[in-house]
Amino acid sequence: MATKVQSPAPQAAPGANTATLSNEEILRYSRHLIMPEVGMDGQLKLKNSKVLLIGTGGLGAPLGLYLAAAGVGRLGLVDFDVVDVTNLQRQVTFGSSDVGKSKAQSARARLSSLNPDIQIETFETRLTSDNALELFKDFDIVVDGTDNFPTRYLVNDACILLGKPNVYGSIFRFEGQVTVFGMPGGPCYRCLYPEPPPPGLVPSCAEGGVLGVLPGIVGSIQAMETIKLILKSGDSLVGRLLLFDALGMKFRELKLRKNPNCPVCGSHPTITKLIDYYQFCGIRGEEAEAPDLKVPEMLPTELKARLDKGDDIFILDVREPHEYQICNLKGKLIPLGELPRRVHELDSSREIVAHCRSGKRSAEAVDFLKKAGFRKIHNLTGGILAWSDQVDPSVPKY
Amino acid sequence: MPVKVIIPTPLRVYAGKRDSTEVTAANVGEALGQLTTQFGDLKKHLFTEDGKLRSFVNVYVNDEDIRYLSKEATPTKDGDTISIVPSIAGGRI
Repeated sequence: MATKVQSPAPQAAPGANTATLSNEEILRYSRHLIMPEVGMDGQLKLKNSKVLLIGTGGLGAPLGLYLAAAGVGRLGLVDFDVVDVTNLQRQVTFGSSDVGKSKAQSARARLSSLNPDIQIETFETRLTSDNALELFKDFDIVVDGTDNFPTRYLVNDACILLGKPNVYGSIFRFEGQVTVFGMPGGPCYRCLYPEPPPPGLVPSCAEGGVLGVLPGIVGSIQAMETIKLILKSGDSLVGRLLLFDALGMKFRELKLRKNPNCPVCGSHPTITKLIDYYQFCGIRGEEAEAPDLKVPEMLPTELKARLDKGDDIFILDVREPHEYQICNLKGKLIPLGELPRRVHELDSSREIVAHCRSGKRSAEAVDFLKKAGFRKIHNLTGGILAWSDQVDPSVPKY
Repeated sequence: MPVKVIIPTPLRVYAGKRDSTEVTAANVGEALGQLTTQFGDLKKHLFTEDGKLRSFVNVYVNDEDIRYLSKEATPTKDGDTISIVPSIAGGRI
């Protein structure tokens, strides 16, 4: 069980009063207060609201910043991760000096400096079926800013079991989806997608990536929906799935219906307590990174020694062309997706070593080629990443 | 009857990088059939081995989910837009 770190209650007197606003708060929130849609009533609703953010990353960054700035009285931040340098391209709560530090703590420091009047609690733990209900129960609204299917189904089910709204956002490359689940009479995530994709069928991390501004926009929409739920004003996205295509700069909206037979929010639910979500999503262990395929492997050091010796080895790079531009081992580039129709370009009589970034896609390529009759074929263990670590540090990791 | 099919970002790599295409079809099943004939790599991402639409891929005619219409038999008419909307998980991916 991971440790749960709870921040001390704020000592500042103004924030502790939930019935009125101090003069400082009136000035701080004056642009809200002069709007009839918010006003004093609305600002006090915000001050008395309790919002839990699951994830402080790409979506969590604008969420945390805007909800703190807006004066949401109590913000919970759940994240077990530490800030990595590759996060900074989009996770704008963090600065370079936060690299290596706790995301939850770094976000807390940033949000506290933005608004010292609010209470921020950090939970440096992985959200699990064992702790989700306990974590959620003290909050009014849960905002899902996670990055994986098991946690999304867990957040959904926990919200339904506790009757809490779940402000949902997800992103892929330059496309986003936003909606609000878990409202009375409204649909839930399982109504939209009863099951997750099996691992391996969704484009992998290496084909993924995300344009840094996209989570900024999608997370901001989630923040707006959260504030509207608190104010009980406007038309929320309940029952509507908002699709955002940043490249075409198009917003579209689809109808989202409650499934009467939904296993968790339907009239006869079959899921009445939290389950094992990794198993549900077909993922064993915590990460789906390790290749499941058993294929012949070759270590980077061995490949280097063989090449230095002058052995005839054909290097097959199964990454995408834009990855080849970042760095390469001078291999022939045939992206994994094109391999089946370009297999004739390979000479099965030669010894082939296939590689990708981490060794996962190339394991699939080796598996495919073995089935296609190739005998002298190996997977470069650990891919470019391992090559950079073990053989040539001048090759950049990405 | 020309019907526009919008291909979502995660599947564009299997559809010649296109964001949409036009097909001529009287219903959703025909439209998806033509789509997967045009782009063979899409097939396993949309359908299970026994030819059923995958449960993490939703299909809409205009803004309606075909699960609440007539599923793949949902008729299409001139100018309709079919959207394929798979589940995406990302924040980080």
